[in-house]
Amino acid sequence: MSAEQGPLILVVDDYEDAREMYAEYLRFCGFRVAEARNGNEALEQAFALHPDLILMDLSLPGMDGWEATRQLKADDRTRHVPVVALTGHALAGASEGAKRAGCDSFVTKPCLPDDLVVEVRRMLEQTQNPKLKTQSSL
Amino acid sequence: MATVQPARSLSRTKVPSSSEAARLELLESYIIHHEDLARCAQLSLEWLARHAGVRRSMCVVADEGRLIGVAGRGVAAEDVALFEWPLSDAHDPLTAALSASRPTLLRPGRTGGNGGRPVPVTPMGAGQLAAIPLRGRDDDTALGLLLLRPGVEAFDHLSWLATVLGHKLEQLLGRGSLAEELRKLRHERSLLFTIINAVTDPILLTDTEGRLIVANARAEKLFAAGEEESEGRRRAVELNNMLFSAALSRSAVEGPSEARELLLVDPSEGSDLLFEVLSSTVEDPREGTGIVSVLRNITDLRRATEQIEENYQQLRALEAAARAERDRLNLIIDSVADPIIVTDSVGQTVLMNNPAEELFTVPSDPAESAERNVQANDAHFSSFISGLLVGDTAPGATRRGDIGLVNPQTSEPIPVEAIAGKVVSETGELGAVVTILHDRREALERVSLYEQLKVASDELQARVQAATAELATQNELLRRQAIELEQASRLKSQFLANMSHEFRTPLNAILGYTHMLLQGVAGELSPPVRRQLQRIDSNGRHLLTIINEILDITRIEAGKMPIQLSEFNVNEIVPEVMAELEPVVARSKLAVTPKLAPEAPPLRNDRQKVKQIVLNLLSNALKFTHQGGIEIAVQYDSGTGVVSISVTDTGIGIAPEHHERIFEDFRQVDDSPSRQYGGTGLGLAISRRLAAALGGRIALRSSLGHGSTFTLTIPVEAPQ
Repeated sequence: MSAEQGPLILVVDDYEDAREMYAEYLRFCGFRVAEARNGNEALEQAFALHPDLILMDLSLPGMDGWEATRQLKADDRTRHVPVVALTGHALAGASEGAKRAGCDSFVTKPCLPDDLVVEVRRMLEQTQNPKLKTQSSL
Repeated sequence: MATVQPARSLSRTKVPSSSEAARLELLESYIIHHEDLARCAQLSLEWLARHAGVRRSMCVVADEGRLIGVAGRGVAAEDVALFEWPLSDAHDPLTAALSASRPTLLRPGRTGGNGGRPVPVTPMGAGQLAAIPLRGRDDDTALGLLLLRPGVEAFDHLSWLATVLGHKLEQLLGRGSLAEELRKLRHERSLLFTIINAVTDPILLTDTEGRLIVANARAEKLFAAGEEESEGRRRAVELNNMLFSAALSRSAVEGPSEARELLLVDPSEGSDLLFEVLSSTVEDPREGTGIVSVLRNITDLRRATEQIEENYQQLRALEAAARAERDRLNLIIDSVADPIIVTDSVGQTVLMNNPAEELFTVPSDPAESAERNVQANDAHFSSFISGLLVGDTAPGATRRGDIGLVNPQTSEPIPVEAIAGKVVSETGELGAVVTILHDRREALERVSLYEQLKVASDELQARVQAATAELATQNELLRRQAIELEQASRLKSQFLANMSHEFRTPLNAILGYTHMLLQGVAGELSPPVRRQLQRIDSNGRHLLTIINEILDITRIEAGKMPIQLSEFNVNEIVPEVMAELEPVVARSKLAVTPKLAPEAPPLRNDRQKVKQIVLNLLSNALKFTHQGGIEIAVQYDSGTGVVSISVTDTGIGIAPEHHERIFEDFRQVDDSPSRQYGGTGLGLAISRRLAAALGGRIALRSSLGHGSTFTLTIPVEAPQ
């Protein structure tokens, strides 16, 4: 329904249960969702689909979240896309590392789907994307 | 005894004013001394002195071809006695004068017409002389001459005197025997005078009035001075006479026999002369009482005496110094603790100090063996020094040796080291041997002690070395253990961090899906399903809390707990914490009362951490309180600049012995598996660590059954 017109969120997480959980809830909340299981897929999807926001788990097999973020932020096609980092590592320095890699926001797992949606909406508003008009309908 | 003294009687007799009386006086004396030629001549001269003022005169008589002196006035008696003048030369002035009918004037320097014969030298001295011949009644040649200074020829009695004296001479000389007697007498007198003059000590004969009668040559030098003598000499003579008279009168008073000292002046040199005067009274039947004084010059004697006295004093002083020196040496020798023995060249003991006496003399209260011991000591010592006595006598030669002596009293052996040195005289002879005995017991004991000490020291050193080695091993072990521990700790932290991550991933899914179901993603839920999902949710959240707390501890231990400073109002924390725990508060039905401190200044600290601590304290209070209330109070102490937040409950309280324990990791008061209260037991441990990291602390005041008060104090400004 409205999901066809909502902002496109790219959820990157190698842990399927978590990825699908967030994806399902985001769709439930009216977003369009694309998924990726590692850094390489994330880059492919991002270049191909031009998502409005990327949820990036940092611990990934192959190319990890930090490297993927750095490449996204280094590419003109995706530089403007906000990246919200997700990590289960809560040790000091994790958030700084994410910021340095170019992440725009940082969320610590466990993160309830509801809380995640709040953060996604906040970031989308911040980037003042015109597609945020859909958000108001939610 | 009354002796007739003509000279004195003459001098005292009052001279008749008339010339007749004067002549009678002389004649009277002639009658009295009718047989004594010399006396008559002498009286004549005295008479002449009184009546004609003739101070100096002499009477000479021709006898066997020569002129001899028989009397003199104003000249020395012995000069008169010794005067002789040969009459062999007819041209001799005196010989000529005998033949002259009138008085002859003899002039010195005049040849008297005899071509160079010397003018006679008489006791009258140099100068003009008047020679008046003395003749018998019918002789052509005079019998003698009266010698005077010229100038009295005018005296009207002079020719009378010459006639009277000439007749007297004729009368007396006419008897051959008398002339012979006179000659004998003259000879004896001459001899006597020679003897007296030969005596070097002054000899004087004085009358009882102190007038000089006879003096020898030496005495005349002191007491007689002619008019031609110098003023100084005359004054000295005068002074000597006064001194001598005074000495004589003292002797008369104090007794004549005693010798006394008399200080006179040497007229020729002016120096002091000290004499000893020996006076004795002599009785002469004719001359009366006189005093013979012998003056012995003791100037040199006195000087010698003084010198001797001085030498004696010096000797005394030297002796005293030597004695003091000896006393001091004795003192020194006696104060030496080691025995010192001085022996002579044959080995006889000359000197010992007190310590030596203790070894080599039998004590006053001897033990039975004392004498034997002393003999043994003597024998040992003698054999020791005998080597030195017979050996070479090089000066400074010393001999050393050990002698085994014994204590005479106790028979205790005393090993000594003897050092003997020779004292050699300047001539190379052996004077003495000085031996010092040094008690070796102390030294031996010291050596033994030293040995023991060395053994002990070596042992100790070995032990120390062993201990040191052990310590080094232990240290190395500890170091390795520390490294291992550090590694283990790091591994543990890493493990826990990984674990918490691994826990979170599935927990994230559990909580997420539960949440989604509760949100109605899968459609409406029946009430029992909803309740069951809520149980899953609440347990999941609890598990998450535990995991988070473990993570916090891990972070703090790893030093990776970031402190994020910001400025905030401490009062804001309280309602925030209350709001967060609102569901719990609501469930507990306890009244939570906030008490704020609006005057508290803004804090500069880690707001999140402060809030976490207060949250923990309040949740604990809620957990352990079943009834009553809870108060959260903010206080500010302006004096110390410290802000405190205290949480006071009316709960079960904590016994004092558990006050520390509850702050340890994974601890509750009740650790048993069946414990009543849930929780990780990490909350207070984390809170205390966090408080310390913020520069504050957590204090507890509580007792069992009376509730508790936990107080967090934090500085306004966090430490850097």
